[in-house]
Amino acid sequence: MKQKTIIPVGPYHPLQEEPELFKLFCDGEIVTDIEWETGYNHRGIEKINESKTFEQVFFVVERICGICSTSHPFAFANAMEEIAQVKVPDRAKYIRTIIAELERIHSHLLWVGLAGHFIGYNTVFMWAWKYREPILDLFEIITGNRNSYAMFKIGGVRRDIDEKDYSKILKILDGVKPKAEMLMKAVIDDPVIHMRTKGIGILTKQDILDYCAVGPTARASGVDVDIRRDDPYAAYPLVNWKVIVTQEGDVFAKAVVRFLEIFESISIIEQCVEKLRKDPPGQIDVKVKNIPEGNGAGRAEAPRGEVFHYVITDGSNSPVRHKIRAPSYVNVATFKKSCVGQTISDATLALAAVDPCYCCTERMAHVYDSRTRQRVLDGRGLIQLSQQRTQTLKKNLFGKNT
Amino acid sequence: MDTQEFIDFMKFKFKHNVQRAFLRYRNRVLIDIEKDALLKVATFLYKELNFRFIIATGLDNVKAFEITYHFSNDKTGLLANIRVSIPKKKPEVESLTPLFVAADWIEREIHELLGINFLNHPNMRSLLSGDNWGAGEYPYRKPVSE
Repeated sequence: MKQKTIIPVGPYHPLQEEPELFKLFCDGEIVTDIEWETGYNHRGIEKINESKTFEQVFFVVERICGICSTSHPFAFANAMEEIAQVKVPDRAKYIRTIIAELERIHSHLLWVGLAGHFIGYNTVFMWAWKYREPILDLFEIITGNRNSYAMFKIGGVRRDIDEKDYSKILKILDGVKPKAEMLMKAVIDDPVIHMRTKGIGILTKQDILDYCAVGPTARASGVDVDIRRDDPYAAYPLVNWKVIVTQEGDVFAKAVVRFLEIFESISIIEQCVEKLRKDPPGQIDVKVKNIPEGNGAGRAEAPRGEVFHYVITDGSNSPVRHKIRAPSYVNVATFKKSCVGQTISDATLALAAVDPCYCCTERMAHVYDSRTRQRVLDGRGLIQLSQQRTQTLKKNLFGKNT
Repeated sequence: MDTQEFIDFMKFKFKHNVQRAFLRYRNRVLIDIEKDALLKVATFLYKELNFRFIIATGLDNVKAFEITYHFSNDKTGLLANIRVSIPKKKPEVESLTPLFVAADWIEREIHELLGINFLNHPNMRSLLSGDNWGAGEYPYRKPVSE
């Protein structure tokens, strides 16, 4: 019988700092199959919410993900407003949209930085995260928090955007735009990045349909799905923007989708700020007295794809059942298609390409040789393996001196 | 196809298998179907009408278990909730995983949390808990009052 080598990535993912275990079955350098174990960080949030009031649930769901912390309250608010049949004031819609789009910009920049780090382009990492900082500062100006903004409630938002902050928002966005353009050109025109990311981790259109994947993962494979347009909510139908779709399905295509989405998001925010500026300050919420018995579904397009919340109520002030589907739940399963047939160093990148949600800061992954008990590979080793490949490609391309 | 057309069409197509079908809100349709017709309805939605499977919600409503399958049509924005009721005495239902891989994880999760068996599921292992989790312990089941 042929011997199989299993490379475990996890239980704490060494690169993405999230608790899950991928077992890469390898034949030499090539990954032949992949298995995973999840649930290391299962916090039972759906169950916890059954004992919380609707107001409290917002704060719980905000903590599902640290990076896209507005998308869950957004979807939950949509679900609750469906049950209570509430019409949200326009001003609240624009504020919600601004928060959600700012989040998309910072999340995509974060991914670009990490992807750069994985392939050994630490300059990309430093730049992307540097230009993400002003966006976080902007969050602090608008919401008071750099993360977990606590802006949402049933029927509207908690805080208004001050009139004197409009110009600050536009000024910071004006600063981010040329930097993001520069970063995009640097990445898209780089021949080594082409070699590392083109043709790697390809997901075909059929794969996406089988796995029902969503977000940039689906849009990079030519599947035109975006909840902001397909099931319009908040201010998205009131502004002009377009859905970015590419056809190739590889890591490069996913990067292109995310880069171009940054510019769409900037445009959406600019339009929203203009609308806020034209309208006199007004209502930002409506009072919701009680939540009737029923069920409601809420969807929101998070940076990683569609977030889905389904709430069943019985007329009391807490949910009977609250189902939450984060986009990574369906996107992570596509690894079975994107990693098989790749080398280990490319699989590392393919695993990162769907931008799975990070929720833990621990890291640990060691590979031991079962006979000699010698450590073979750990988190740092995996990064080195990936970075060495870039170095080799670079040398072959440009010669020894670069 | 707008929502009302969709409701009428489903009623016409699956006749007595559809127990109740109504517009829940704006673009969301709730359809109660017989348990045995699930695979037939899901195949039709997924293959013929090109619906995307979002997720399924398992619930113990004390009298019985119910699973709501959420499907989305991204062309029209229509959200179809297909609800089946599963008797507590025999908690089993046909698996949708052979139809689309996306149902794999959620069926394992519902199996683990509510103890519903999915027939013909290729890999009915626990998704979240480790192997040392107590057999027959289902955290999402409601306690039965005496």
